[in-house]
Amino acid sequence: MNYFERHILETLIYLPMLAALVIMLLPRQRQDLVRQTAVLSSALLLLGSLYVFFAFDHSAGAAPFQMERAYPWMEQLGISVRLAVDGIAVPMVLLTGIVAFTGSIISWRIDKENKNFFVLFFLLVAGVYGTFVSVDLFFFFFFYELAVVPMYLLISVWGSSSTFPTFQRSKEYSAMKLTLYLVAGSVLVWVGIIAIYITAGAGSFDIRVLQEAARSGALDGNFQRVIFPLIMIGFGALAGLWPFHTWSPDGHVAAPTAVSMLHAGVLMKLGAFGIIRVGLTILPSGAEDWALVLFILATVNVLYGAFSAMGQQDLKYVIGYSSVSHMGYVLMGIATLEHLGVAGATLQMFSHGVMTALFFAVVGAIYDRAHVRDIGVLNGLAKRMRWTSVFFVIAGLTSLGLPGTSGFIAEVLVFMGAFRTEPILAVLGVIGAGVTAVYILRLIAKVFFGPMDKQWEHLPDLTKKEGFAAAVLVVPILFVGVYPQPFLRIIDSGVALLLSGF
Amino acid sequence: MQTNFTLLLPEFLIAGLGFLVLGVDLFLPTERKNRITATIAAVGMAAIFIFSFIFLWDRQDRLYDGIYMVDRYALIFKGLFLAIGVLVVLMSVEYVGKKMRHPGEYYALIVFSVLGAVMMAASGELLTAYISLELLSFSLYILVSMARGDKRSAEAGTKYIILGALSSAILLYGISILYTTMETTDFRFMAATLSVNFKPSVIVGLSMVLAGFGFKAAMVPFHMWAPDVYEGAPTPITAHLAVLSKAAIFALILRFFAETLFLSLDQWQITMAIFAALTMTVGNLVALAQRNIKRLLAYSSIGQVGFLLVGVVALNATASNAIILHLVGYSFTTLAVFMVVIAVENHTGKEEITDMAGLASRSPLSAMVMTAALFSLAGLPIFAGFITKFYLFTAAAEADLLWLVGLAVLNSVISLYYYLNIVRQMYIEVPADASPMRVPRLTRALLLVTFAGTVLVGIYPGPLVDIIDTATSALGPFR
Repeated sequence: MNYFERHILETLIYLPMLAALVIMLLPRQRQDLVRQTAVLSSALLLLGSLYVFFAFDHSAGAAPFQMERAYPWMEQLGISVRLAVDGIAVPMVLLTGIVAFTGSIISWRIDKENKNFFVLFFLLVAGVYGTFVSVDLFFFFFFYELAVVPMYLLISVWGSSSTFPTFQRSKEYSAMKLTLYLVAGSVLVWVGIIAIYITAGAGSFDIRVLQEAARSGALDGNFQRVIFPLIMIGFGALAGLWPFHTWSPDGHVAAPTAVSMLHAGVLMKLGAFGIIRVGLTILPSGAEDWALVLFILATVNVLYGAFSAMGQQDLKYVIGYSSVSHMGYVLMGIATLEHLGVAGATLQMFSHGVMTALFFAVVGAIYDRAHVRDIGVLNGLAKRMRWTSVFFVIAGLTSLGLPGTSGFIAEVLVFMGAFRTEPILAVLGVIGAGVTAVYILRLIAKVFFGPMDKQWEHLPDLTKKEGFAAAVLVVPILFVGVYPQPFLRIIDSGVALLLSGF
Repeated sequence: MQTNFTLLLPEFLIAGLGFLVLGVDLFLPTERKNRITATIAAVGMAAIFIFSFIFLWDRQDRLYDGIYMVDRYALIFKGLFLAIGVLVVLMSVEYVGKKMRHPGEYYALIVFSVLGAVMMAASGELLTAYISLELLSFSLYILVSMARGDKRSAEAGTKYIILGALSSAILLYGISILYTTMETTDFRFMAATLSVNFKPSVIVGLSMVLAGFGFKAAMVPFHMWAPDVYEGAPTPITAHLAVLSKAAIFALILRFFAETLFLSLDQWQITMAIFAALTMTVGNLVALAQRNIKRLLAYSSIGQVGFLLVGVVALNATASNAIILHLVGYSFTTLAVFMVVIAVENHTGKEEITDMAGLASRSPLSAMVMTAALFSLAGLPIFAGFITKFYLFTAAAEADLLWLVGLAVLNSVISLYYYLNIVRQMYIEVPADASPMRVPRLTRALLLVTFAGTVLVGIYPGPLVDIIDTATSALGPFR
């Protein structure tokens, strides 16, 4: 292993923390300096993530967990800082890099206390990276909780409230709801993790050691049957699992653009990733017992999210509910417990992350200029906001799974897995994709095309920076859509290892 | 057996320091009393802190046939109490200068209360524990009512004395019943008698002792005094109560339970588990309804007592480590919270939660430290509260108390709600008076120190736990 490979994963955690510290020490009047520091740091993070992606060895004989690094931290409980990535974590690391980079560019417009904003933003990024690269269960949970810490302030200070004649929701309410939901979810995870640690009796939090303990029978079938739902619901709450999803549309709508991008794009994936990392890896027989329940809930997610999205008047709520619907595919793929399905779920996590980030970036730009998100009022924007429309349409087409976009590949894989395991539910899932097409196309037709109201005549198009950020997000969408092989090979290596436990 | 008095040197020095402060106070002009006596008390305790660690690090003895213990456990707590004493004295300086007339007595009493706490951690039998506890309590009775002219302080003092005296009487009666049954009050000798099924008289005696301890720790249902006393006491003394007296009583409870009641664990475990569950649930639920920040902190500290009791119920080596670690983290965190409350009160004279409004723009540092400390109390990483609670709950799970762990974590979520409401006041609400708040240099330094402690325990507890481990192994059953 060369120098980079040995230190890259810890760098991905330290660097955002360092960025937060540096920004904290900058004078608050120097807003431009803060912005430049933030974008520079996140650009470095993106480079680091790309390095991880390309340096990961997915050939047949390669080690499943790579770039490993371990420091003892608290020996009394067997906790170490243990970092490594497998084929499932690598795309997530890349996703975090892309969304954090574009998010910090989009946040250029923030001028209220932008120093504090970026401090919290990078704390969040550090937590997200930490979760994806930790293979020590304690630190996995540590970073997972760390990602929750900055959310309340990010939303309630820099967010926006929804005010419609028929629907009022303050940002403080949404922020509180989101925080409490996520922390309440982690109650179950906390209990589950401690129970696994004690029952395995291996004196270690290393996920692979715990997996071995499960295989050797220390975690018997009964135990797994009891603990798996804790993990499934606890992490599921963050992944938007129905009926624990209601924080998600509210939270995403109230959050400032970059935070919506990061939250819907990456944080919700932490939940799904947690189900894979803890639930499927350590508790395989529990997962088998509960797979059908998860499958049914995921199907409800898909349909419920899609139909709710159809009925929304607020542009951002449409995207919020479509996230709930799309996370349903991820959960469905996981519930198949089958190679294609889980690989599809992982690819869908990546694809949906990038796509939602693009959605929120564009919607945020519209809201910044028009100060309205009401679908009933916005119309014909394509005439004035050409690039905005182009990017929104790309995101929309990805969302409904047009061939040539990443959404297509991911959903096809999920459906192939689903048809092999639960054909009837799979059909319902496909119907959900159809509903998605209806609301997305209707939305595009209404908001971007058709006659334009006079009041929108002076709306400026995306700035260069915003255009650049959006373009960065489009690249992986089309790349995966046209040439998914590099991604699939990496994911396959991780999924093969994961499913070897079943 | 020859008693080696030199091992008591730190205790003598603390007592001497108290009298020194009192004596020096007599010869100082009024306007300089505050700063000079505070300096003497703080520097003195800091010096004794260093001296104790150097002098006692490798010493071990049971003075007077086990009445008074000199071991690593007592030493670690000695260090903790002295550190708390130093911080509380420094936190008080500005407040005392503004509101109190007798700084010399004030600081001297803080020193004496530290002495009481130090002796509680070292007691090897019940009567010594009782006397040490009284030394701590009497110092606190006076300190609580020391804001003369403030009716609430006088009321709080009266309540505290009456209820405190009652609980002391119950405790003493319980000790006498235990003595008549077992003919000893030594923790270790009692353990032998208690390993068989409890006799009725033992049950009565133990319950009374427990009620006495429970009162001092503000364990539900003996917690009624806490909110009123916390609210009425001068704010630095509220901090002192919340941190020192809590840590001291748990130092005593942990030693008593480990030495005396370890063998009879299954006879009392479920009862204590119910007390723990009640304490944290009542504390956190009632905290939801509070408007005064000191009352809120009173109830939240009752919630913390519940978490600590979870450790006592589990009573294994991990739990002992966890309780001590939690006390250290909790001390830093709570002192940080109170430092902010005191700073706000010094500037505005108010202590409602709504008076924290706009603190983020009036004093960004205070708001940041407060937010960090509240997140720590709620048990979120990277702050102390996360790892210390994780440790506690792991210990409880080791003792097959997973249901208690679930309840405790749920309580953390409830507490997050009212902590976030304070955060919301600081960062979102618009203050009536938006002028920048004056934060003196000493206060700023203390904010940074307590903040650093909160974060350091949260991200790198390893070395600290190594030291605490040696304290745990000084206790009988965990050797």
